Amino acid sequence: MSENEERREGGAGAFLNLGWRLLELGWASLKLLGTVVDRLLPAKVAFEPIPESGRAADRKMESESQMERREWWGTLFVLCAFLLAILGGIGFVIFFWSGSTGTKLLGGSLAVFLGGIGVTLVVWARWLMSQKQAVEPRHELQSSPSEREDASEAFCGGVRDVRRRRLLKWMGLTGAGVLGAMVVSLMRSLGMSPDASLYSRIWKGGQRLVTLDGKGVSLSSLQPGSMVTVFPENKIGSERAQTVLIRVKEQLLQLPEERASWAPAGYVAYSRVCTHAGCPVGEFEAEQSLLLCPCHQSTFDVLRAAAPTGGPAARPLPQLPLYADADGNLHAGGEFTAPPGPGFWDIL
Amino acid sequence: MIVKTLSHWIDSRLHAAKFVRSALNHVFPDHWSFMLGEIALYSFMILVVTGTYLALFFHASAEKVIYRGSYHALDGETVSVAYRSMLHISLDVPAGLLIRQMHHWAALIFLWAILAHLARIFFTAAYRKPREMNWLIGLTLLLLALVNGFFGYSLGDDLLSGTGLRIGYAILLSVPVIGPWLAFLFMGGTIPNPAAIPRMYALHIFLVPGLIAGLLVLHLGMIWRQLHTNYPGSKRTNRTIVGSRLWPSYTAKSVGLLLLVFALVAALGGFAQIDPVWIYGPYAPSAIMAGAQPDWYLGWIEGAMRLFPGIKLHIGHWLIPELFFPAVLMPSLVFGALYLYPFVEKLFSSDKGDQNVLRLPYEQPFKTAFGIGVFVFMLVLLIAGGDDVIAVATDSSVVELRRILRILVIVAPPIAAMLTYPVCARIRRRKAAVAATTPQEIAVLEERHEGSATSSEELLPPHLDEGPGSHLRLGRTGASPTSEMGHSDIF
Repeated sequence: MSENEERREGGAGAFLNLGWRLLELGWASLKLLGTVVDRLLPAKVAFEPIPESGRAADRKMESESQMERREWWGTLFVLCAFLLAILGGIGFVIFFWSGSTGTKLLGGSLAVFLGGIGVTLVVWARWLMSQKQAVEPRHELQSSPSEREDASEAFCGGVRDVRRRRLLKWMGLTGAGVLGAMVVSLMRSLGMSPDASLYSRIWKGGQRLVTLDGKGVSLSSLQPGSMVTVFPENKIGSERAQTVLIRVKEQLLQLPEERASWAPAGYVAYSRVCTHAGCPVGEFEAEQSLLLCPCHQSTFDVLRAAAPTGGPAARPLPQLPLYADADGNLHAGGEFTAPPGPGFWDIL
Repeated sequence: MIVKTLSHWIDSRLHAAKFVRSALNHVFPDHWSFMLGEIALYSFMILVVTGTYLALFFHASAEKVIYRGSYHALDGETVSVAYRSMLHISLDVPAGLLIRQMHHWAALIFLWAILAHLARIFFTAAYRKPREMNWLIGLTLLLLALVNGFFGYSLGDDLLSGTGLRIGYAILLSVPVIGPWLAFLFMGGTIPNPAAIPRMYALHIFLVPGLIAGLLVLHLGMIWRQLHTNYPGSKRTNRTIVGSRLWPSYTAKSVGLLLLVFALVAALGGFAQIDPVWIYGPYAPSAIMAGAQPDWYLGWIEGAMRLFPGIKLHIGHWLIPELFFPAVLMPSLVFGALYLYPFVEKLFSSDKGDQNVLRLPYEQPFKTAFGIGVFVFMLVLLIAGGDDVIAVATDSSVVELRRILRILVIVAPPIAAMLTYPVCARIRRRKAAVAATTPQEIAVLEERHEGSATSSEELLPPHLDEGPGSHLRLGRTGASPTSEMGHSDIF
């Protein structure tokens, strides 16, 4: 390919070329790695065949005296383990009836009982039982053609004996359909269709902001840099209505134009339910003016209408417009800017 | 004497002697890695036993009451009936806390054993014909176990389980189109809803365990019918099975294992505190605990939720919540890929007929590399699931940690895979070279692939092909190589 042609191909060609080079590089480095591994493996690896399993005893490689010793020690071991188990079991009963609810004593003695019997059985199997390796043929799983033919004939023969087959088919289908409709109807009792509560923006204009103990909040309640959880008067303690009220220095606020009047004296209010997975956004970092969700570490910028600044959340916390009445008491100026909580298909 | 009379009585009514004889003679291969599935089975048994005991004391109701029990720190607090009964089991019922902690530990071990069992099946290619159906059943069992574990620790209505429920509800809500319906079907309305606890209870103690038990019977029935696989080795071919007989040695070992698993669970339940609900306190709408963690088997989804960036995606007036991708799509893709794996591999494989001898991981470098890549991906997600805890413990910034993990989750899996591939490929080539110099090895290799499409001409250098039957006298051998022999090159 001449230089001219190469240039005419332009970006795409160069991109492909780069991709090809990268592939080549990757392949070469894999080969290199393979060679290194090859060097690291010992020059003559003796790949031992998997040994015949089973104990020496079962391969008739044990002398008479070895066998006797094995049985003697095995019996001793089994007896000790069983004795320990029984002691553990008796211990459990005693601990239980003596009214001790010490979980450690009960769990420990139960473990000793079960473990002791378990060890007894395993040792028995390994030392005091024949462990001959059995070799058995596997049988073909697939049936022979004639068997298949017979089975199919048994089914089809039965079908042929049925009169009015089409009517039966239609009746079966209709019955199944009606049954399905009945079952789906029953599901309705589970209250599955999403109702207004999902789309509700909770607050109404004019509602007072109150804390968990029912006290109202006024302009003098908070110092700049502090936070309190508030609710509408009629929904104190409600999961979805929880709202975080924060006071910041007024001059720092960077709310959008249309929300400029929503923050009297630097008081801003946002939904306290994270828009990511619905945890309460419980932590406030006054220095950076960030709200932090402890579940997945989403952060929201309090100064900029709770826009997400990091972490997995994508949508801002819904904001609550605020106003102060003549006495300085804080009220909701309307509803949340969006339904609170995690997002869903038709939230917008 | 009594046994004899009784067995005669039964046999004369059921014609059982023939079946009993063949059952007692049933051969099970011995290998430690074949015990992983058994451990899962035994943990399930422990879960049923301890769970039944707990169900006698637990009240699945979200009704609010004033607590006036023996735990004075919560005296006078408004709690749910479910939470009060959890405190009653933990603090008043003799051995109640032991049983509760054993139940929780058994669940953790259950999931651990299932996953280890899955890894063993995957890396030794035990899912090949005729065992594809059992692979599908096993994956379904894993799914059911994951879901039931979540229901289990959500039932207590303590603060931690409340956090889990909030997240579970948000995940269901995030599914496009049907999300709100799913979330309401589960919760009975917006969160928190008193309907959720009885619903989860019915699912947790009846429906899901019933399904698990039914599928387990199928799972084991198929193993019984198809016979277990063998690792390659002496006398182990596609047409034979090598191992211990069910009676007596396998029975003794297996019941011994059951008791040892039970003992481990009892020791953990006794000594290792888990889920201390009285310390967490009751669920309260505006309360939240820092460092909240799901049980370990859901940590990968939790980690994905933490690492996935906040992408706001609209389709017209519709929203696809950011939670959908890490918490619904990613797990669906993982499980979808697992379900399809044996069938996809089959497309690229020349295997025909039944495959009863396992492959060792190095015999299939590409697949092993892929599997290690997926494993590392999961591991990074699992670590990310606890990034806040790690950040506190190491006194580092969670933002920095997240940035590192976001890079790692993309970069680490391919690197791990690329490191695995040449290692496996080299070992495979080495073994092939060794085998080529010892005719026995190749003879048994041919024996092993009997019934497969690969003809002996392809497998054997001509001077070694002594005709069928000649290898039968050659007993012991190592694992046989499959490399560079036109046999399943990729996987």
